[in-house]
Amino acid sequence: MTAVSEQIGNWLELFTAQPPAEAWRKQLRDGAFERFCALGFPTTRDEEWRFTSVAPIARTRWSEAPEAIAGSERAADAVAPWTTGGIRLVFVNGRLTGPVPALPQGLEAGLLTERSELNLIVPKTAFVALNTAFLGEVAWVKAARGAVVETPIHLVYITTADAYVAPRVLIQAGADAHLTVVESFVGTGAYFTNAVTEIAAGQGAVVDHYKVQCESLDAYHIAALGARLGQSANFRTHSISLGGKLVRNDIGAVLSEGTEATLNGLYIVNGSQHVDNHTTIDHAKPHGTSHELYKGILDGESGAVFNGKIIVRQDAQKTDSKQTNKNLVLSDNSVVNTKPELQIWADDVRCTHGATIGQLDAEALFYLQSRGIGRKEARSLLTYAFAEDIVDRIKVESLRDSLEKVLFEKFHEHADQ
Amino acid sequence: MSLLEIKNLHATVGDREILKGIDLTIDAGEVHAIMGPNGSGKSTLAQVLAGRDIYRVTEGEIVYDGQNLLDLSPEDRARAGIFLAFQYPVEIPGVSNMYFLKAALNTVRKARGLEELDAMDFLALVKEKLKIMDVDQNLLNRPVNTGFSGGEKKRNEIFQMAVLEPKLAVLDETDSGLDIDALRIVAAGVNALRDPRRSMIVVTHYQRLLNYIVPDFVHVLSEGRIVKSGGKELALVLEEKGYAGLGIEDAEEEVARV
Ligand SMILES: Nc1ncnc2c1ncn2[C@@H]1O[C@H](COP(=O)(O)OP(=O)(O)OP(=O)(O)O)[C@@H](O)[C@H]1O
Ligand SMILES: [Mg+2]
Repeated sequence: MTAVSEQIGNWLELFTAQPPAEAWRKQLRDGAFERFCALGFPTTRDEEWRFTSVAPIARTRWSEAPEAIAGSERAADAVAPWTTGGIRLVFVNGRLTGPVPALPQGLEAGLLTERSELNLIVPKTAFVALNTAFLGEVAWVKAARGAVVETPIHLVYITTADAYVAPRVLIQAGADAHLTVVESFVGTGAYFTNAVTEIAAGQGAVVDHYKVQCESLDAYHIAALGARLGQSANFRTHSISLGGKLVRNDIGAVLSEGTEATLNGLYIVNGSQHVDNHTTIDHAKPHGTSHELYKGILDGESGAVFNGKIIVRQDAQKTDSKQTNKNLVLSDNSVVNTKPELQIWADDVRCTHGATIGQLDAEALFYLQSRGIGRKEARSLLTYAFAEDIVDRIKVESLRDSLEKVLFEKFHEHADQ
Repeated sequence: MSLLEIKNLHATVGDREILKGIDLTIDAGEVHAIMGPNGSGKSTLAQVLAGRDIYRVTEGEIVYDGQNLLDLSPEDRARAGIFLAFQYPVEIPGVSNMYFLKAALNTVRKARGLEELDAMDFLALVKEKLKIMDVDQNLLNRPVNTGFSGGEKKRNEIFQMAVLEPKLAVLDETDSGLDIDALRIVAAGVNALRDPRRSMIVVTHYQRLLNYIVPDFVHVLSEGRIVKSGGKELALVLEEKGYAGLGIEDAEEEVARV
């Protein structure tokens, strides 16, 4: 009890030290802080957090991130897979740097100036509440009804201080709009990113969302993504998780009639990294389709958790849902916990799921070696090949190319051990 | 000096002995056919030559080109000029055939003191070899062996051999599963690679292949031993009389007759 109140006490100090805000923002902050105090940090006694302890986050006395440091944007360029030619909004230590670039017709982007749909889409967990309690600059991307925005919008989050940052994003795609948004996270130091992204896709909208998490290896990264998807909308999200010491992604998508949702993920961990992906696909209405493919590569003493919840409500007849989680374990000391969680209330549905945990194929390794390719090189080739189909599904070419490069180098590192 | 000298080779998998004392000497430019019933150890011998580590050599030695072959890793054997055409080529999804072959060729070239080929030169070389092997260029853009038909896989093996130009090629049942046209193409590809400085071990069940690839010697393997050796006419005897004619039991056929 004392430990908990002590933790809350630290946060209260930070909370009250925030600069004043407009009424809508203050209202959200106050409600959320109250909720956070009531919930406290989850523990491993929580079913949803069984394999992921956030005690190191709860124990730390976090401070607010200082203003941006000049040049940090350039420093980050070296470490993150970027898009080129896109519209880029760069947030350093939680604050937007530079002016908003020129935007094509039908697209609005920048900082949110009113509540709009904020905090209406994502479940209000303790971490989401903690994010909302520190609601600062909210990145906002909106495609008007029918607008086909071909240029990807890239939100870049750079953290340069051992501090708490609470990135917040609201993405709105009007009916029949097409929109591509990339979120990247990079940084240096032992900081705590607590990010929340909300996506509202209107009827018939096509939304491609990418998240590339390349945080510092000393950083904590907790993130929630909530997507509310309209009738016949097509939503694809790709979560690439490479960095961070302790990482948790909670992704939730609620589908309507005839909605198609694709949730892809790739996590690559080494050393003592730990990554936890919890996804929830909620088929609320009939004729929805969901595809989910998460792949993980583990080395060193790393750990990974995959929990894929699929809900098919009574109404959601003719749902077609497929979930796959594949893990490639390169060392004896890594641990994977994978669990499908199907809650099916309708009777005329097709739901399949499968999970595998395996090692590199010894026969394939020998085949490559027998052609003269060195063992290390062969290992890295096969490791790369394992990730290949996720990378292949990335449609933003510049992102795919730079990611390919990053992965290639990474697997050479892995293979060296 | 012989290119390959296998002396009293014993190999086990788990605690089961599969090769029980093989002696075989191959000189430069010679083609040796190895025949024998199913399960007699032909593939095991081929894989041991290539360095597959699930087989443990418990006795004997293999001298290749003056070196102790058993000391070398599989990749070093390939770099030293050994090539195994697999009985069951492995599918490797996600690795493009082209990338794989270029990486293989360049490591092998480097080991031979040759310059690495850039993309252009590599493509030119590949196109020339494709023609000889009658392989569809599209196969190159696909992942290694993935979704290839049985015949395509076998042709791809010989195509790789044509690109890598080994000193000792071990062809493990490259003819199985091929129709007569495909067999002719593969055999022609192999024959095109015959060279006074290149030796071959051709593992097969069928005399048919040996009509096209005419061997200098034929050996019959049974239960992990070479039980008979002779010239190319030995294959004809086998074709006519079967293994039983040599007093060898063919375990598989035995079962089939029951
Ligand atoms: N990895 C392995 N594990 C267990 N047994 C094996 C293994 N590899 C080979 N064997 C056994 O060793 C024996 C010889 O097998 P091998 O594949 O060398 O035969 P082969 O002569 O090539 O047969 P085939 O004509 O059917 O290709 C067989 O009894 C086989 O079951
Ligand atoms: Mg065999």
